[in-house]
Amino acid sequence: MNINMDRRKVLKAGGSAGLLALFASVGLISPALAEGDRKAFFAKSMDEALSLMGVIVPENSDAIKLTVPEIAENGAVVPVSVVSTLPRVEQISIFVDKNPNVLAANFFMPGGTESMITTRVKMGQTANVIALVKADGKFYRASREVKVTAGGCGG
Amino acid sequence: MGNPMKIRAAVKDGVTEVKILMQHEMETGMRKDADGALVPAWFITDVKAQYQGRTVLEAQFGQSISKNPYLVFRFQGGAAGEKLTVSWVDNKGDKRSDEATITA
Amino acid sequence: MNTSNVKKLILLLALATSGAVVAAEGDVSDSDRIAQYREMISDGNPADFDEMRGEELWKTAGGPKLATLEKCDLGKGAGVVKGAYAELPRYFKDTNKVQDLESRLLTCMSTLQGSSAEAIAAQPFSTEKKPSDISSLATYVAGQSKGIKMAVSVKHPREKEAFEIGKRIFNYRAGPYDFACSTCHATSNVRIRMQDLPNFNIRKDAQAAYTSWPAYRVSQGLTRSFQWRLNDCFRQQRFPEPKFASEATIDLTMFLAVSANGAAFAGPGLKR
Ligand code: HEC
Repeated sequence: MNINMDRRKVLKAGGSAGLLALFASVGLISPALAEGDRKAFFAKSMDEALSLMGVIVPENSDAIKLTVPEIAENGAVVPVSVVSTLPRVEQISIFVDKNPNVLAANFFMPGGTESMITTRVKMGQTANVIALVKADGKFYRASREVKVTAGGCGG
Repeated sequence: MGNPMKIRAAVKDGVTEVKILMQHEMETGMRKDADGALVPAWFITDVKAQYQGRTVLEAQFGQSISKNPYLVFRFQGGAAGEKLTVSWVDNKGDKRSDEATITA
Repeated sequence: MNTSNVKKLILLLALATSGAVVAAEGDVSDSDRIAQYREMISDGNPADFDEMRGEELWKTAGGPKLATLEKCDLGKGAGVVKGAYAELPRYFKDTNKVQDLESRLLTCMSTLQGSSAEAIAAQPFSTEKKPSDISSLATYVAGQSKGIKMAVSVKHPREKEAFEIGKRIFNYRAGPYDFACSTCHATSNVRIRMQDLPNFNIRKDAQAAYTSWPAYRVSQGLTRSFQWRLNDCFRQQRFPEPKFASEATIDLTMFLAVSANGAAFAGPGLKR
């Protein structure tokens, strides 16, 4: 994967370059992180996010248990739990495919940390929540739809 | 400095379960306030949990994490009475670090 | 409810929710799914932060007299917070009034701290920009009754009177739609959009509704007090908003609190 090309993509995403520069300038995160791992947070579609993360086509896996409510009474708070039984899980990422920025969070699990995470995401509308699990260097996914009765992007 | 977190950590059968509730607006940057003005993006970007100098979880957040973020995770080891530290930074450079004592 | 009222109710509900109204029977599955959602978000309640804020306020010297509220008598003796909310509203000798939690907090803030009750009542509810002190104090005090059984007394004649008036207000129809609280809250299986409305004639419903306030409202990102809940329902009813901590709201609270007697207080809650 060509880093320079990715960077151009990020710049094109509009406004994001300024934000990246801001992150780097206040020294919050190292420039390497700003240009590397965080760029997928600006992705507007699943395809773009996956390609920015260097993921080819993740395999669907039954070894990932993704728990979300079928209906969310309020999109501002949608509980998401991911538990995986795959060996050697290094990372769990959570996406909402119809949000303006699809990537919600990346979790990095050092050795000794169990391959599970629970959090809450915002959803602007009915959409799929996708869990991406990196295990032993390979990516796997699971996806479930959540019906949202009141959008959560108003906060 | 950000507002305090609420952290609960309990060890059972050699596994410590950590529940963290953070106080943060988590503004997407796409929301308008009552006067119709766009509320600037303001959200936690990075979270780290450490136990005895060992990082037990690292997270990166985007704008889609809910206001007052909530996390649950588990790590092997951890002893009752010992301390766990959780810290976050947000996109404005604000930071917060809190400690919790692991219970049995 | 007579037919014309049902028609009016449906009309109002339709107005209030842009067309999505159901008086559903048999369709339990969506309710089950909503219950599942509520169960999933019940852990990690941001109302905890409002409780923490309230506790800090309780213990910090404030007001012109620079005093804390730690000597405030909430009915179980000066300074006793634990379990106090489970017995409120109640009659207080010193004020010669039946008071709910918030009106009692007003009394303590003005007598102990020297604050002006009018000034406090001017911002009784939190907004996105500014939290309300009295609201956070109420969250803290209520939280100190978690797990304690509701035991609100109507033994004192004034308590009995408040209960009776509260009951009457609950059933009192007026306003542009000729609605009472009971129009929406005395029939089972009435829903607005996805909300199953609690039927206060059914003990279990009344208990579940009353014991889950104060509550963090996900849709507003704020913790709300019971006085706020009542205000909002007066608004739903197209009534003028009642004065904060006024007698009418206290009487109504008395009626609802007594309907919840016997259930363990479960708040602060977490609501959509
Ligand atoms: C037009 C219909 C309507 C009327 C009239 C009405 N309410 Fe409500 N009430 C609602 C709705 C809708 C909800 C649920 C709101 C929500 O979830 O946001 C509710 C919720 C409540 C709750 C909280 C229940 C819970 O489980 O959280 C209480 C308590 C309550 N109402 C009391 C009253 C009282 C007292 C009155 C009379 C002053 C009243 N209501 C009048 C529609 C109404």
